[in-house]
Amino acid sequence: MRHTLSVVVVNSPGVLTRVSGLFARRGYNIESLTVSATQRSDISRMTIVVEGDPAVLEQMVKQLNKLIDVIKVWDITDTALSRELALIKVACGAAARSQLLEICRVYRASVVDLSPEYMILQITGTSQKVDALEELLEAYGIVELVRTGSVALERGANRRMQL
Amino acid sequence: MPWMNGAQAVVKVLAEQGVDRVFGLPGGAVLSLYDALRAGGIPHTLVRHEAAAAHAASGYARATGKAGVCIATSGPGATNLLTGIATANMDSVPLVAITGQVPSRLIGRDVFQEVDMTGAAAPFAKHVMQARSAAALPRMMREALHIAATGRPGAVVVDIPSDIAAAEANMDFTQGPELPGYRPVFEGHPLQIKRIQAALAQSRRPLILAGGGVLSAGAWAPLRALAERLGAPVALTMMGLGAFPASHPLCLGLTGMHGARRAMQALAQADLVLVAGARLGDRGRVEHTLRPGTVLVHMDADPAEIGKTLRTDIPVVGDIGAILRALLDIPSPGRPPWAFPGPEHSAHPAASLMRRLAALLPPETIITTDVGQHQLWAARYLPVDHPRSFITSGGLGTMGYGLPAAIGASLGTGRPSLVITGDGSFQMHLPELATLAASGAQVKLLVMDNGSLGLVRELQDEHQGGRHFGVSLDGNPDFCALARAYGLASRSAAMEDQEALEWLVRQPGCALLRLAVPQGLDAQSIQEV
Repeated sequence: MRHTLSVVVVNSPGVLTRVSGLFARRGYNIESLTVSATQRSDISRMTIVVEGDPAVLEQMVKQLNKLIDVIKVWDITDTALSRELALIKVACGAAARSQLLEICRVYRASVVDLSPEYMILQITGTSQKVDALEELLEAYGIVELVRTGSVALERGANRRMQL
Repeated sequence: MPWMNGAQAVVKVLAEQGVDRVFGLPGGAVLSLYDALRAGGIPHTLVRHEAAAAHAASGYARATGKAGVCIATSGPGATNLLTGIATANMDSVPLVAITGQVPSRLIGRDVFQEVDMTGAAAPFAKHVMQARSAAALPRMMREALHIAATGRPGAVVVDIPSDIAAAEANMDFTQGPELPGYRPVFEGHPLQIKRIQAALAQSRRPLILAGGGVLSAGAWAPLRALAERLGAPVALTMMGLGAFPASHPLCLGLTGMHGARRAMQALAQADLVLVAGARLGDRGRVEHTLRPGTVLVHMDADPAEIGKTLRTDIPVVGDIGAILRALLDIPSPGRPPWAFPGPEHSAHPAASLMRRLAALLPPETIITTDVGQHQLWAARYLPVDHPRSFITSGGLGTMGYGLPAAIGASLGTGRPSLVITGDGSFQMHLPELATLAASGAQVKLLVMDNGSLGLVRELQDEHQGGRHFGVSLDGNPDFCALARAYGLASRSAAMEDQEALEWLVRQPGCALLRLAVPQGLDAQSIQEV
């Protein structure tokens, strides 16, 4: 099953290496990992999407917690709102252009660049939504694609960062 | 605030934290540190290879219960430490490894003797840190010692660029560790303690399996009290040897694939197993021995060990001593101990040797071993009665560990050490005989020489149909002549030679006894209980 972990870490040099090294060394699969600043300059937040059964997930969380620079780990799979951004460059001759614009409208994607041969689409949404658009665009010829990986935050009153 | 350089601040913190000896080998990137050590009055033991510095600090730590400290220069000095760091960390030994680094402005330029030490050590260290300023060093050193020695102990690397060690600053020695992500649990959860007590009250055949966690927590007294209160026999992992006296009527001896058959049989018969500070590693064979329905209670300082290999019925995380003391608040079941399997007498020549040796050795002797058949024989047959008196590389299985660990253990405690080694392992750190000769440590060596990498040879018998390859140690030196070259008394004898054993024990200084061991004398793993 796919899980979303929110990992609050001390913003120290090498912390990303240590977290990613841990996953590599123990053979855990990472689907995506993002790391960014938070409202506190000394603390960063990682959102890690992983695949694993409950026993593997329990070990992941425990092993992450063992890292000295990891302050807290939460499995927020069921409570979080998650978003991803993708930029997709598609080949678009004149014939395909109107069809692509129609797809953009349905998916609420935006066209951020347009040249005679190519179009770059930007989409924000859940990973599943991005997957669906990607699949649809394959027929037109995806030239290049980049995705940010998920970032996630819990809904409602949860204020985990008050450490 | 006192004005001094980074290196002096490091030495000041070491002294303040009770470090009374360091082990190392200097180089260009640690010149300031060595100058500060000289002036700061912390004794230094010069090794001949940096891995031995880490092993010696590990032996010191395991014998004294204090963190061991080793020092190496940047580049190859630092990478030579790596095996020692991994060895210590795998066995949960508190070790602080200080490495020199190239000047901070040159980091990343691949200059002479530069290596990414924190990156290299991170996968098998409890923590790694690199100093970014001299003023940060007092707090960093305290954090390093704190992390190494608390919770589940482990190895911590502190990498110090040479310019930062030499830079002067106003040092603030009032700051303690500030580690928001590190909060080891001390007290076991009271509800879990109650659940364990309730399970113990139901149990007819309880058994305690004690590991190295009992020794690192200094918890042998409450362990013994609980075993006696419950009438529960105690089995030991290799790391746990010494946590419970071998001569105690409740002691079952060593578990595992090279353990005592009775210990494994008792594990299979128990209806409740109380695991105290053991990680249930693969060689312990607990996983394959417990019967379905046995209640498994797992007590450990490290939450990640619980449920890692085995389903646990009642987990409890905390300091083993605190948990065992809390458990003691339980009435005695008021019946004699259950009929667990009784003592067995092995006719194996190594068993006889270990029994005779134990009878001769002064009780304060610290035993260290290397890795191989001799290690398995010592662990299985040598009765260990005192805590922190049997020191072996159990997790990583590092050949060459024994001699440097014995030097560190003896220097740390002032007690005599005996290295039980084989001709293969011994040659991994032979040059440390010079360290020994110069150090003032009281170390004797028993070299069990079968002219081969005996355990690998045995494995080739078991798994490769007896096709031996790459295991014959042709070219072995005359170990006795070699010992004499380093100023040690030495003798060679047959395994059964009682007089030679007496000679070794009687020698006033360091000495070596080489025993001729027949090839093919096996360690004999247990396949089925």
